[in-house]
Amino acid sequence: MKRLLLILTLLASPLWAVQPDEVLDDPALEARARELSQGLRCLVCRNESIDESNASLARDLRLLLRERLVAGDSDEEAVDFIVGRYGEYVLLNPRATGANWLLWGAGPLMLLLAGGLGLVYLRGRAGGKAATEAPLNAEEEARLRDILNR
Amino acid sequence: MITELGHFALVLAFGVALVQMVVPMWGAWRGRASWMAVAEPAAGAQFALIALSFGALMWAFITSDFSLRLVVANSHSAKPMLYKISGTWGNHEGSMLLWVLIVALFGAMAAWFGGNLPPRLRARVLSVQAAIGVAFLAFILFTSNPFLRMGTPPFDGQDLNPLLQDPGLAFHPPFLYLGYVGLSMSFSFAVAALIEGRVDAAWGRWVRPWTLAAWVFLTIGIALGSWWAYYELGWGGFWFWDPVENASFMPWLLAAALLHSAIVVEKRESLKSWTILLAILAFGFSLIGTFIVRSGLLTSVHAFANDPERGVFILAILGFFTGGALVLYSMRASVLEAKGVFGLLSRETALVVNNLLLAVACFVVFVGTMWPLVAEMFLDRKLSVGPPFFNAAFTPFMVALGLILPIGSAMPWKRAKIMRALYPLRYAFVLALALGGLAFAMQSGRGLLGPIGMFLGAWLVMGTVVDLMQRLGRGPGKLRRLRRLPRADWGKATAHGGLGVTMAGIAGLMAWAVDDIRVAQIDTPFDVGSYTLTLNEVREERGPNYLTTIAELTLAQDGAKIATLRPEKRFYPVAQMPTTEAAIDYNLARDVYVVIGDAQDGGGWAVRTYIKPMTNWIWIGCALMALGGLLSLSDRRFRVAAGARKQPEGVPAE
Repeated sequence: MKRLLLILTLLASPLWAVQPDEVLDDPALEARARELSQGLRCLVCRNESIDESNASLARDLRLLLRERLVAGDSDEEAVDFIVGRYGEYVLLNPRATGANWLLWGAGPLMLLLAGGLGLVYLRGRAGGKAATEAPLNAEEEARLRDILNR
Repeated sequence: MITELGHFALVLAFGVALVQMVVPMWGAWRGRASWMAVAEPAAGAQFALIALSFGALMWAFITSDFSLRLVVANSHSAKPMLYKISGTWGNHEGSMLLWVLIVALFGAMAAWFGGNLPPRLRARVLSVQAAIGVAFLAFILFTSNPFLRMGTPPFDGQDLNPLLQDPGLAFHPPFLYLGYVGLSMSFSFAVAALIEGRVDAAWGRWVRPWTLAAWVFLTIGIALGSWWAYYELGWGGFWFWDPVENASFMPWLLAAALLHSAIVVEKRESLKSWTILLAILAFGFSLIGTFIVRSGLLTSVHAFANDPERGVFILAILGFFTGGALVLYSMRASVLEAKGVFGLLSRETALVVNNLLLAVACFVVFVGTMWPLVAEMFLDRKLSVGPPFFNAAFTPFMVALGLILPIGSAMPWKRAKIMRALYPLRYAFVLALALGGLAFAMQSGRGLLGPIGMFLGAWLVMGTVVDLMQRLGRGPGKLRRLRRLPRADWGKATAHGGLGVTMAGIAGLMAWAVDDIRVAQIDTPFDVGSYTLTLNEVREERGPNYLTTIAELTLAQDGAKIATLRPEKRFYPVAQMPTTEAAIDYNLARDVYVVIGDAQDGGGWAVRTYIKPMTNWIWIGCALMALGGLLSLSDRRFRVAAGARKQPEGVPAE
């Protein structure tokens, strides 16, 4: 029984993020591969890069990426090659093309907008006169008396 | 029998919540004290009933009652007791029950400790809180009932997702929910104030402790989750910008903004309508978070309990509460006029900038999280928005926040002179700059991330120290004055310092981590960084409900042994899932993180080693932030506000 379970363990054990046999001999090339693979999505996983993922598809992608780098592709060419095959879904860092400008511009634009509104408000506050204190109504008077006499 | 009692109690709680929603609101409108007074006992009763129901469900999990469908799907008789208990909320139905339990808990707390609130406001607050309870109770009873039985109970259960069988994750959801749901209290106060048509300093003071408490819980919850991810997922990441993480991070950012803007309302009677809006949005984002997690609309690591049909129900709840509150806001916001006047350079302005940065940062996270959905629905583009985007788009806001924080908190209310605020900070600035420069010089040719992080961390921590020293003034008796500083000041200093520590930790980890992947042979030492590791042995063992492969490695530096590390690879046969248990040698300066992989064909084992500098600073900083929140919460003006019968000595000028 124990033996059977052990066999099961081995069968189900995950392929593991970056295997030793994948690592390239040239450290500079390997470093580039690691860097690039952190920006590529494992297509069958939930929000994991191929660098982190255990899935076999991620392994294939890692090997493919390394093949391209060894073949002498620049970083951009290698990524373009993978995007050409798997679509832009594979990019964890969406490119600022087309409507994606909105995504990248959202933060700065909102900051400008909010900053402008904030400045108008602050200027208003700086120029304004202190509003005269509204008098207490009867209920509040009673409550104030209650607190003071406590 | 106990199960049926729990079910019945839940239905009864639904009825009580309905009464609590309608009667006090009606009474407040008509001015009938007796109707308003219904709110208080109803809030207590609602809480007691839901607690009973939750207890019944927990009992079913503890006793492994496999006639309950939920227990079958999420438990197993061989599971350790802790995880049987945490299994209660480790699933959709149970976690929603926990959610309403906390809604009711906060309602009951407001009823018990809200003795000094004006009766009308209190009635309305409790009524709005009950409305939230009604919505979620209906959600549970009609779409996700945890008390459904099985026709033919099986012999044993299907086990809880093994990734969730971990102490860090056992307590992560309750804290997160306390935070999410704590914001419902700020929301209820905001809506009640809008109905009432008035927001004043007192309102600011009442709403602040609730926000502060929610923020503290959120901080703890997020930190626990991130720590869990760090040691459990097996590659030492601490934050993935996963939709579900973002869902908890957005309310955190807004709650941080809210508790700062509520200070302005309390001290200066300004920023009222913005604060109300923030309170509505903060809870709105909590609901969005619930929606994201529960609907599985955005797929993520956390989608262990999702169901699109239920998503529609939560979307309706989200639309009703956020939409309704925003409509009310647009109708009534003009009534909330600001009273305080302040110069363009003042603490008020600094807090406005704080709010601006936090709110826009939250907006960036929101857009990034929703963009894949928008692109797919409207642009027909299937794309991903991942960590590289968030790191690039979000970080600048946090850097800006860190830069201005010490300056802003050194400014006085009303009118400040910039030089006077900057002057005492000069040494802190130079020292921080020097530290950043040192980091830059030592790292030799890597990015600016590390040095900037070190600078910001030092700047925040030392800025905080300068700020405290400024509060003490000149002359003798400093120590006495230090002791007598209000707790709120200590809280502020601790939390701001904590932020600096966390920023430094994140930058250090991200900039300077080293990793190594190799096939290790038994008893053959290998070097990683300045450390030497030796794989001593690998053996198979059995745990209570899993099988495990344990490796034993010796970690040494300069020939001296530091620690024995035992990374594991577990397999849970019932759930048919493997997990990795990394072995970590913790240390303030760095963590050495080792993961064991598969046996290799040519002999030896795959071993991954990481050296992660300053990692623990991240969580120490989070703990400091939470502690700062708690210190502020214990300040006596909140205790006074919470009904202590002492003569007030005047408000501490924060």
